[in-house]
Amino acid sequence: MGKCDALIIGGSAGSLDVLLKVLPVLDHTLSFPIIIVVHRKHGADSLLPELLSGRTGLIVKEIDEKEPILAGTIYIAPSDYHTLIEKDKSFSLDYSEKINYSRPAIDATFQTAAEVYRTKLVCLLLSGSNSDGVNGLISVKAWGGITAIQDPETAQVSYMPQQASIHAKIDYTLRIEDMAEFINLLS
Amino acid sequence: MITDEQVEILLGDLLELYGYDFTGYSKASIKRRILRLYSLDKQVSFAEFRYRINNDNFYFKRFVEQITVNVTEMFRDPGFFKTLRDVVLPKLGTYPFIRIWLAGCSTGEEAYSISIILKELNLLHKSLIYATDLNPVVLEKAAQSMFAMSQMKQYSENYILSGGTKDFSSYYTANYSLAKFSDELKSKIIFSTHNLVSDHSFNEFQLILCRNVLIYFDRDLQHKVLNLFDESLEGFGYLALGSKETLDFSPLSKNYKKIPVEKIWRKVS
Repeated sequence: MGKCDALIIGGSAGSLDVLLKVLPVLDHTLSFPIIIVVHRKHGADSLLPELLSGRTGLIVKEIDEKEPILAGTIYIAPSDYHTLIEKDKSFSLDYSEKINYSRPAIDATFQTAAEVYRTKLVCLLLSGSNSDGVNGLISVKAWGGITAIQDPETAQVSYMPQQASIHAKIDYTLRIEDMAEFINLLS
Repeated sequence: MITDEQVEILLGDLLELYGYDFTGYSKASIKRRILRLYSLDKQVSFAEFRYRINNDNFYFKRFVEQITVNVTEMFRDPGFFKTLRDVVLPKLGTYPFIRIWLAGCSTGEEAYSISIILKELNLLHKSLIYATDLNPVVLEKAAQSMFAMSQMKQYSENYILSGGTKDFSSYYTANYSLAKFSDELKSKIIFSTHNLVSDHSFNEFQLILCRNVLIYFDRDLQHKVLNLFDESLEGFGYLALGSKETLDFSPLSKNYKKIPVEKIWRKVS
């Protein structure tokens, strides 16, 4: 497997359970950052980073704007902002229109990351009920990155990975129990 | 497709021909905005796109409006407005006159939100809100005090969560698909163009709000703009930023004390 400079995981309805199963089995010494963009309700203070950090030895934090992206860290996209990746491998946040009825939009992160990390980017799209992320995966492929989806048969809501498999070229279709090994081997 | 180099060319043109300096903006965001407009307007070549921006004054205005983000809502982040209502504005209420600067006000939703709170605290008569934006098109819209009726349910919920106790619909009259807010709310708002990148301080304020604007600037420009706010803020005045913005990385932070929970800092020295 090629060297990975960043893994981005996108998901919507039904994706949290997958993350809770996969994160505990990840190596604590990953040589790349993991960026998680999941749709969630805009609340005052989200518990997601806390919830996930209890499940892994890796550092888990919500993204701050202009923050440099470092290996071995799991970054959570904040609710109600789009997370964009800058050329210098830092985050910027954006409060523009919703995309696919979503903010954060998985497409926005996949697309901006595709140009920055190019062939060293791996994007994984999980369970969900809309088609956010599909255009992003098409961009990832166009820039030479690697695309993966949750096997729709294992997804609580299969629509999102299914749409991806119809419209984008997908390199890997992963069952939940195979995801951690897939990620660990990217190191 | 538009390349990074072409983005730089467009930003160079804007600065040279129109004096608008977007070179300190976060690149990923501005490029997305430009790409969005390019495809929205079904442009076919970069050369034509560039020619139109540089030669068609109407299209230039559209370009500036579209590459800046003008998404906003009334009482966005209700917890923030609750703190304004319960903590900040009552403190400022002890002053004989309250001057507020809302920088990057876009279409005005926050200006009217603040005006509503001031009215309910019985402070509106001695307050003045300077609501500024670089973009004259959004200011014209803001001055009309009309917002989409379809938003009112959401805004009313935000208003209640922010501590409002009145009937929110008493602040506007429904006019087909638009809600027209009362003239009284507008009477203490001055809408005016001001460019944070190139314009100077124009007054002293007790409260400056600039929420979700700095996220579009690179670190250098953020420092510059924070200095502008510092110059424009009275001692013991308040500076309010967006929920993901911070003063922490600025050398100015030593002169400010953050109030709990919300992104509001008080100038203490």
